[in-house]
Amino acid sequence: MKPSPAAKNSVFMHVFGKPILLALISMAGLVTALVGDGVWDVVSWITLGFIVAVTLWYVWFAKPESRKRRT
Amino acid sequence: MLTAKTVKIWYAVHKWTSLVCTVFLLLLCLTGLPLIFMHELSHLLGGDVEAGSVAPGTPQRSLDELVNSAREKYPDEYARFLVWDDDEPGLVFVTFVPSRYDMSDEFKSIAVDVHTGDVTQFPELNKFLDIMFHLHVDLFAGLYGTLFLGFMGLLFVASLVSGAVLYGPFMRKLDFGVVRKERITRLKWLDLHNLLGIVTLTWAFVVGGTGVINTLAEIVLAAWQNGQLAEMVEPYKNSPPAVDFSSIDAAVETAHKAAPGMTPSFMAFPGPSFSSDHHYTVFMRGETPLTSRLLRPVLVDAETSEFTDSRTLPWWVTALLVSQPLHFGDYGGMPMKIIWAVLDVITIVVLGSGLYLWLSHRKRPIEERISELEKNEALTNGGLGQEQAHR
Repeated sequence: MKPSPAAKNSVFMHVFGKPILLALISMAGLVTALVGDGVWDVVSWITLGFIVAVTLWYVWFAKPESRKRRT
Repeated sequence: MLTAKTVKIWYAVHKWTSLVCTVFLLLLCLTGLPLIFMHELSHLLGGDVEAGSVAPGTPQRSLDELVNSAREKYPDEYARFLVWDDDEPGLVFVTFVPSRYDMSDEFKSIAVDVHTGDVTQFPELNKFLDIMFHLHVDLFAGLYGTLFLGFMGLLFVASLVSGAVLYGPFMRKLDFGVVRKERITRLKWLDLHNLLGIVTLTWAFVVGGTGVINTLAEIVLAAWQNGQLAEMVEPYKNSPPAVDFSSIDAAVETAHKAAPGMTPSFMAFPGPSFSSDHHYTVFMRGETPLTSRLLRPVLVDAETSEFTDSRTLPWWVTALLVSQPLHFGDYGGMPMKIIWAVLDVITIVVLGSGLYLWLSHRKRPIEERISELEKNEALTNGGLGQEQAHR
């Protein structure tokens, strides 16, 4: 009973979709402040700050009940 | 996805690389925390020199005058470097070493007020910061300590990669960010370890990786001096060492002409360090946070202040220079430093929870744990549990 390639792909995106998005946001934040000062710094604070905010939100506010069985 | 066998291998990589490096990584994270704010702390603890206030429009003294006032104060020592600091435009800094050919680590840093020529010796680095610095950089064991920490950093990077791979099988039945707080303590910490680890992965990878590169600084800079710098000064191989030094201002002017649009970052006086016996080496930099790290050396004859040579640094020196801000987090003002500190603390939690997970579970084989994971999810179709059952 092997899962179809499409199902495999959807499992991969289910697990790694958000992490990949967060990785891209992190990279953008790390690079922008290198490019310049002023507005570049602000973009960096917002993107990296978003990473921190996401972390803290999931740790303290996310509902554990959101766990559900995938079909 | 991964077969049970590959999961087992990645798990072994994650376990062993983490186990070896965790204690040192905890040390690096803890000592790194105050070092993020080194500049501010050192200022607070009275380890800083500030420029005196002068009436607006007061002309700056020439560099020759400034360096001479410093030399007059330390006549028996040798001025090795002249350093500019963007954050302190009212000062220049002169580094003195015991003698021209002295290659020990002994030096003193002198601040000279650009308007008054007042000379102040820097107070020694605050004892606490000094200890933090050494624990972070070389464990009080010089280059070997640094390289050892670099190796630990390499293991950390390997544990990040293997951890990211393992995130797949551990999370495939869970939604992103789920922390099963209501269940067994160990499950809660497993979820937290996975969540905090994956969210901070990119940052940890960049800071860890650039930290490893930084441990090679001494070797990289020595290789540059023995390579490109030696090539540039080759024509002077047989000339006698410069004794009667020419004007520093004229030398900086020459450097400006050779590297238009750039500003001097520091210059090395004739001697064995970042220069030759016949040269001033003026290291020019750009203006943005990135280009201000990308130095361009300009060699200037120290007896005539005439241009000798200037080249682009090899990529491996540039890599080192770029990896410094990415490790220190000092290129985006105070908000970035605070973010750096928070991410550092999160990394400490990831390290600590990883250690806890291993301690609480080390007597049980991975197969049992994976199948338990499956049971927890009460899943019957597909996935790892299935593969496990077929074995």
